[in-house]
Amino acid sequence: MARNSKKKSDITPEIVAEHGLTKGEYEIILDRLGREPNINELGIFSVMWSEHCSYKSSRRHLAKFLTKGDKVIQGPGENAGVIDIGDGDAIIFKMESHNHPSYIEPYQGAATGVGGIMRDVFTMGARPIALMNALRFGEPDHPKTKSLVDGVVAGIGGYGNCVGVPTVGGETNFHKGYNGNILVNAMCVGLARADNVFYSAAKGVGNPIFYVGSKTGRDGIHGATMASAEFDDDSEEKRPTVQVGDPFTEKLLIEACLELMATDAIIAIQDMGAAGLTSSSIEMADKGGVGIELNLDKVPQREENMTPYEMMLSESQERMLMVIKPGKEQLAFDVFEKWELDVAQIGKTTDTGRLVLKHQRKKVCDIPIAPLADDAPNLDRPYVIPESDPILDINEIHETQDYDDAIVRIISCPDIASKRWIWEQYDRHVMTDTVDSSQSGGDAAIVRIHGSNKAVAITTDVTPRYVQADPYEGGKQCVAETWRNLTCVGADPIAITDCLNFGNPERPEIMGQFVGAIDGMNEACRAFDYPVVSGNVSLYNETNGQAIPPTPAVGGVGLIPDLEHFATLRGAKEGDTLILLGDTKGWLGASIYLREILRREEGAPPPVDLDAEKRNGDYVRKLIRMRRVHAVHDLSDGGLAIAACEMAFSGNIGMSLSGAVGVPTHGWLFGEDQGRYLLAVDEYSVNPVISTAKDKGITAQVVGKVGGDRITAAGAFDVSLAGLREKHEGWMPEFMS
Amino acid sequence: MKTAVIVFPASNCDRDAAVALEKITGHKAEMVWHRETSLPAGIDFVVIPGGFSYGDYLRSGAMAARSPIVKDIVAKAKLGLPVAGFCNGFQILTETGLLPGALMRNKNLKFVCRPEKLKITNGNTRYTSKYGNKIDVTFPVAHHDGNYFADDETLNKLEKSGRVVFRYVDNPNGSARDIAGICNEAGNVFGMMPHPERAIDPLHGGTDGLDLFKSIIESI
Repeated sequence: MARNSKKKSDITPEIVAEHGLTKGEYEIILDRLGREPNINELGIFSVMWSEHCSYKSSRRHLAKFLTKGDKVIQGPGENAGVIDIGDGDAIIFKMESHNHPSYIEPYQGAATGVGGIMRDVFTMGARPIALMNALRFGEPDHPKTKSLVDGVVAGIGGYGNCVGVPTVGGETNFHKGYNGNILVNAMCVGLARADNVFYSAAKGVGNPIFYVGSKTGRDGIHGATMASAEFDDDSEEKRPTVQVGDPFTEKLLIEACLELMATDAIIAIQDMGAAGLTSSSIEMADKGGVGIELNLDKVPQREENMTPYEMMLSESQERMLMVIKPGKEQLAFDVFEKWELDVAQIGKTTDTGRLVLKHQRKKVCDIPIAPLADDAPNLDRPYVIPESDPILDINEIHETQDYDDAIVRIISCPDIASKRWIWEQYDRHVMTDTVDSSQSGGDAAIVRIHGSNKAVAITTDVTPRYVQADPYEGGKQCVAETWRNLTCVGADPIAITDCLNFGNPERPEIMGQFVGAIDGMNEACRAFDYPVVSGNVSLYNETNGQAIPPTPAVGGVGLIPDLEHFATLRGAKEGDTLILLGDTKGWLGASIYLREILRREEGAPPPVDLDAEKRNGDYVRKLIRMRRVHAVHDLSDGGLAIAACEMAFSGNIGMSLSGAVGVPTHGWLFGEDQGRYLLAVDEYSVNPVISTAKDKGITAQVVGKVGGDRITAAGAFDVSLAGLREKHEGWMPEFMS
Repeated sequence: MKTAVIVFPASNCDRDAAVALEKITGHKAEMVWHRETSLPAGIDFVVIPGGFSYGDYLRSGAMAARSPIVKDIVAKAKLGLPVAGFCNGFQILTETGLLPGALMRNKNLKFVCRPEKLKITNGNTRYTSKYGNKIDVTFPVAHHDGNYFADDETLNKLEKSGRVVFRYVDNPNGSARDIAGICNEAGNVFGMMPHPERAIDPLHGGTDGLDLFKSIIESI
C-alpha cells in the first residue's frame, strides 16, 4: 500500500473544485481507488478528465462522423490521421487549436501551437512537409487586435521558419465576435512510408520507457484545465500557464526521432502535449493494455525541487515519451546523444495495469489506468439547435448606386484584403517542394511529394458567419468549401481534419451550434466520401459570457496524381474567355456584400446542394486533367466579382465581366451561391466546355473576357487593375503600421 | 566531382542544397555532420546551407562557426577550396572571418520571405560566369537576419575589387549598399542571403539558380 495514503488526506472539497472536478466525478475517483487520492493522483484525474483531454462534451457527437474510407490508414484516436496516397506513401495530418494560450501570450501561444501539431505528426513517423494556419482575430479597431496579430504571426513564423517546414497557406478573419477570444488553429501535414507508421500503444511488459527532448520545467502546469474554462477579466493572470517554445530543440527532435524510426528500436511513441507526462504515459499504457512505472527522479528537470505533481502536470514543450525494444537501449541513447538531446530511461511497462510513480524512493501515485480512460465523463449535454436565420429576399436588399466604390470597399475590407503582410513572414519554400502557396492567392496550397511527380493539395476553410446563421448549412459549407478548393487545383480530395472552436458547451444554444455543425459537416463528408481522420475540439471560447461565432475550421487534403495536370488561379491569358460553372441565384443572405456595404449581418446562408457540388467539382477536375483550363478559382466570399479580381491579381491581367443574366446586378456580382467555379479557357475550349457541361446537367455560361489592365463589370464597375491591387494590398500594412 | 553539404544542428536547407548539387553534378553530395573534424577526402566544393543552426541563439551563425568541422573548412578555403554559404551559411561564413562584414536583423525587424530580383554586379566571378549577358536573376529570400553590414572602408574595398557579386533591386532588409552576395579576395568563397537552391526547377517559379551552381562547378 502506498505510504502516503496512510496519512490523513489533505484533499478538501475546495481542492477538488479547484481541479475542475465535480462532486460526482470525485465520487467515482473515491470508488475506483477505494480510498482518497493524494494530491498527485487528484491532479492526474483532473487533467485526464478535463474537457481538453477527455472530450467529455463532444465525444458522443464526434462518434457520428464518417471516419473510414478506402484511403484511410488511421482515423481519429491516434496523434494524427493517416491516409494512403499510393506508391507506399502515406500522408499524416492534423489541425489543432491553441486559442487560449495565444490570447494570453500571442507569440509563445502561437509558436507552441505550431510545435505541438508538428509533434503530433512526426510522432507517427512522418517528416512534416507543410504547415497551414487558420486565424481569427477581433475587429481591427479593438485595442488588443493589432498586438495579437503581430505576436501570433511572429510566433507562427518564428517556430515554423526555424524548424524548416514551409508554411504554405491559411486564412485570416477579423470579427468583433473574437474580441475576447482569438482563434489560432495550426495544421501540419507530414509524409511517411505507409509501412512505417508509428503508434502509441505500449505493448509488452518490462520494456524500457524513454524520455527524450527538453527538460521538464514548471511551465504550462494546468494548461489543459485552462483550455477547459471560460475567460474572465483576470485571464491575463494565467500567463504563467502558457508554455514557452524552443523550435531549435523541436528540429533536433524531428531529426533524432526520424533517425531512430529508421531502425526497429521503437515499440511505441507519444509526444507530451496537453497534460504532459500524465496523458502521454496513460494513453500509451491504456492503448497497450499495460501498466507503467516511472521513477520521477530520472526525469530531466529544468528547475530545482520540482514536486511529482509539477512534473506530471507540466506542459513543457518539445518532449517525447517512447517505449524502446529491450536490447535497443544503447542505440536509442546514441541517436539522441548525437543530436544533443536530453534522454533518460525513466521507467518500464508492467503487467499491473496501474500507473505507479516513484519519487525520492517513495511511491507517490498508484492508480489503476483503466478508469482514467474508461470512466472519463461522457456527457450528454442538453442542446437546442438554433433555427436558421430567415431567408432574405434579394429585392429587399439595397442595391448600391456606386459599384466602383463597392468593389473597392469589398476588395480592401479586412477579411478580403491581401494578407501578404502575414505570409511574407513565413518561409513558404524551404524543402523546395512548394509548388503553390499563399503567394498566388490560390484556393489550395500544392506541395510536391519529394522526389516524385505527385503532390498533395492542402486547404483550410470555414465561413463562421454562415455557421452562426445556420449551424447545419454552415457545417455543410465548410466541408464543401475545402472539397471545392482542392478540386480547383486539380486534386482528388481524400480526407479532412477539423478543429471545432465553440463557446461554452454548458449552454444549450452553444451545444446546439456544435451538434448542428457536426451534423452538417458529416452530411457533406458522406456525400463526398471524404472522411474525418483527425481533429480537435476547443470549447469555452467565451469571455464574460460572450461566445465566439461558431468556427468549425476544416483542413482538407487531396492528391494531385501527376503534376503535369494541375491548375491555379494564376494562368489566365489575354483573350481567354471566362466561364462560370454552377447556378447563380444571387444569394446575398449572410454575404460579404451585406456586411461590408450595408453593415447588415443577417439572413440565412447560401445552402449547399451536395449533389450539384459533387457534379460540378468532378467536372472541373476532369477539365483540369484534360488541360482545358488556364486558370480556375472557386467563388466564395464576395462572389463572382471578387473571384474575378483575385484571378486578375494573380495573373496580373485585366478582366471584364458581362452583365447580369436573370439576377439583379448586386446578386450577380456579389451573391455567394455555392458550388461555383470561375474558369479561364482559350477560345477553342469555350464550346466544348459549355456543351459537355450541359450534357452533364451543369449550368455553364460565358461571363466575360480576360485582357487589358482594367477590371470591369458591365453596368457596374470599371476600375484599373493597378489601382484596385493597391487597395487590396494596402489595408493590412496600413493597419499594422 | 565531389561536393559536400555541412549539416549543423538545425540546418534546414541541407537537403535542398544536396538536391541542387546532385542535379548539377549528377552525383550525390556528401552530408558532413558538424562534429567531424575534417572534410572527406577529395571534396571539390562545399556548401554551407541555410537554416537556423543552433536556433540562431546568441547570434545567427555564431555558434556554428565554432563547430569542429569549421576549422578544416577555413583552412582548406584559404588554400583555394570553393566554399559557398547561402542564408544561414552566409551568416556562418562571416562569423568564421572567411567573408567580411556581418548580417544584422532585418531593418523592419521582421522575417521576410519573397522572390527577390537581384542585379548581377559582377558576372566574371567563379559563381556567375555562366550568366553571360543576363543582368538580373530572381531568387527567393527567407531570413530574419539578412541586413548586411560592414564599415565604409570594407564596403569601398569590396566594391572596388569587384567582390560585390549580387545587389538587391528592391532591398528587403536594409543591407548596406543593397548588397546581397559577396566573395572573398581569391574568389573561391562566396556568400549570399538569397537562396539560389530554391530556383532550380520550373515548379519553383524559376530556374535562375542553376547557372550559379553550374558556374562554380565548371570552374573546378
